Amino acid sequence: MSRALLAFICFFRILFGKKLPPDAAKFLPEGAAPPKALPEAAPKAREPEKKAEKADKADKADKADKADKADKAEKADKADKKPEPAVERPAERPAERPAERPKVSAAQHHKDGALALLALLQREGRLVDFLTEAIDDAPDDAIGAAVREVHRGCRKVFDQYLSIEPVMPGEEGAKASVPKGFDPAEIRLIGEAKGEPPYRGTLRHHGWRVVDAKLPALAEGVDRAVVAPAEVELSA
Amino acid sequence: MKILGIDLGTTNSALAVAGDEQPARAVPIMQVVGPGEAAERPTLPSFLLLPSELEVPPAQLQLPWSGPMRYAVGTFARERGAELPHRLVSSAKSWLCNPSIERTAQVLPFRGAQRELEAETDGERVSPVNASARYLAHLRAAWDDANPDDPADEQEVLVTVPASFDPVARELTVVAAREAGLDRVTLLEEPQAAFYAYLAARGDAWRQDLAPGDVVLVCDIGGGTTDFSLIEVADAGGSLALERIAVGDHILLGGDNMDLALAALAGKQLADAGKTIDALQQRALVHACRRAKETLLGPSPPAAVPISILGRGSKLIGGTLKVEVTREQAETFLVDGFFPTVGADARATRRRAAGLREMGLPYAHDPAITRHLAEFLGRFGRMPTAVLFNGGVMKAPRLQGRVVELLRSWCGRDVRVLEGADPDLAVALGAAHFGEVRRGQGVRIRGGTARAYYIGIESSMPAIPGFAPPVKALCVAPQGLEEGSSVALPDDELGLVVGENVTFRFFAAATRKDDQAGTLIDADTEGLVELDPVEKLVPAEGERRAGDLVPVRLEAHVTEVGTLELWCAARDSSGRWKLEYSVRERDA
Repeated sequence: MSRALLAFICFFRILFGKKLPPDAAKFLPEGAAPPKALPEAAPKAREPEKKAEKADKADKADKADKADKADKAEKADKADKKPEPAVERPAERPAERPAERPKVSAAQHHKDGALALLALLQREGRLVDFLTEAIDDAPDDAIGAAVREVHRGCRKVFDQYLSIEPVMPGEEGAKASVPKGFDPAEIRLIGEAKGEPPYRGTLRHHGWRVVDAKLPALAEGVDRAVVAPAEVELSA
Repeated sequence: MKILGIDLGTTNSALAVAGDEQPARAVPIMQVVGPGEAAERPTLPSFLLLPSELEVPPAQLQLPWSGPMRYAVGTFARERGAELPHRLVSSAKSWLCNPSIERTAQVLPFRGAQRELEAETDGERVSPVNASARYLAHLRAAWDDANPDDPADEQEVLVTVPASFDPVARELTVVAAREAGLDRVTLLEEPQAAFYAYLAARGDAWRQDLAPGDVVLVCDIGGGTTDFSLIEVADAGGSLALERIAVGDHILLGGDNMDLALAALAGKQLADAGKTIDALQQRALVHACRRAKETLLGPSPPAAVPISILGRGSKLIGGTLKVEVTREQAETFLVDGFFPTVGADARATRRRAAGLREMGLPYAHDPAITRHLAEFLGRFGRMPTAVLFNGGVMKAPRLQGRVVELLRSWCGRDVRVLEGADPDLAVALGAAHFGEVRRGQGVRIRGGTARAYYIGIESSMPAIPGFAPPVKALCVAPQGLEEGSSVALPDDELGLVVGENVTFRFFAAATRKDDQAGTLIDADTEGLVELDPVEKLVPAEGERRAGDLVPVRLEAHVTEVGTLELWCAARDSSGRWKLEYSVRERDA
């Protein structure tokens, strides 16, 4: 990396670092603020999702660690030669921090991911707008026009991040066989099952299974509870 | 060592890898895709957003490998940038080859001449070189994060440039790569890269596709630019040899223009119905029209595509505007508008230059891509026997069909379509494959410099009041000078004045294949295009005193990297100086 670019990046990291909000600053290594013991203690929705983010990052920590150290050494080396006194690295590379953070509960992690998914569906498909709107009195064609767009946008999120397939292959309404050793969590039996499987019956719903969910990596310091920011168009 | 192929595109950049026993393949690029969301995408939109902290909090722009960022490149930069156009840098590459601005000056986001006069200094601004460097730096960081054992700066890196890039733009691309921490890169022309991707995809079967005498047109139409090249297949002692024989001009015209045309049509329908839309809905309309375009020009198009634009507030129902674009409209406005049926003798129309033109990108004035194509083929006097399509626009079967139909009518015989790689990724894939070819795994396209280059020499003739002495153009580098080769000018009386900044005017010609180093022609010869000047200051030192005239011999050298260097060597072997490209502003 050229000196100029390095200096540029350091400049902004420092610039930003000095303006870190207090609740974000305490997550910095230098900050050393005591972490909140319990998620419930978090006063605002902002808190938990930052910690959840850490857990997310912890997975990557091992991989990143090695490269990170080498990179850091190089950076320190270059930084030392700089005349500017300011390289105090307040906004350190995030991959270094997870180990020092408390683990978050699975519930919080899920909440974080759920809010992010909701934000995605709102941004691409206006899903929150649609669900919160009273549609009882609206004419069908007005709803239809809106739903087309809601569907297209939400579908885009699906295609981009989720890979989904039927649990049970076969036509709905056709005869189906439930094999021996089936997983009751995968196949829901309706009616009385007599004796041992295999059972014969009719496939009513083929079910859905998310084969792969590659949701975006979530940055810390972003309030996930705001699934759609207010928009103000400035007057000229 | 792996090979990284980078397509540094005008609107989208892509990355591919090869050289590790596996075939060349595209690498998805981690980038900010939403506020505080990073995810992989097949390509990196070439957009740079430079927001204030109040416009976009830095925490929202951080990447898995970074802290909070003050800028973003990629998908989110493009999307959020549409709401903050004053903070958005786009088409940096077209600025890189625009001689009407100072290309290393911080002029982007471009605010137009009027705003320049207001001396607006609010917000960060970057140079076209720096913007390109940030795209490259992002690709490098994304690669390094995913491949910590194979850092990009230790791999063989190939960066593609438009075939029409002049020596300065090529040089600046190398500078941008260096600024991004990629110290050793090699340049490759995009249409050639697309052709390499075809070769890689076809394997040995390409030898059945093509025979000696074939001429392949590479027709590359991206979001914002159109590029044509011709590649000739020749017999080289029993095996097939490939040579790039012609490259066209850089035409600022592409798929985005088509989306805008369709959006204008749909917008008019809304206006006629008494509906008004705001700027953000206009953007949604352009997006919707892009999708409509792809459907209507795609395989088995429907009679019409409905377009709905949602209301701006949180209320959807009732606020949704509906409009329809029909197949006939797409046919009229897109196919006939941008790809009209024209004769082989058609030429693109040019608006007469106004006396005072606002600085900016030199967008093509004639939207008819087929007229630009006819002009290109007519200029070189060659007709293709086959065509290779590239770029997102040319995915559309309807447009491919129109181009092929026209080529057949112009040639009076069949013109085959070669099946290439994915048009969005072909250039990056081809660049990666070119790395393999350089290692001896595959056939290489010969080409060398696409143009011949000349420097301006003032002829010595008696001064006539009111007349500048006529300028002669001295050919310093003939067309087709291969990478890694040099050419020295035969004896000529040339002198550098010591201690003075000596500036030479610099010209290029695309259609003067027969000029050799040392050929002297008139500077106003048709086909000669003036580029940025080259200059050198020979310092007064040792026995050289200011004002002395050092007799020199000119040498041109095409580096392995793919850049052109001009050198002045003192005849008495007392020194050797490289002429520098001057990128200072000059009148367009």
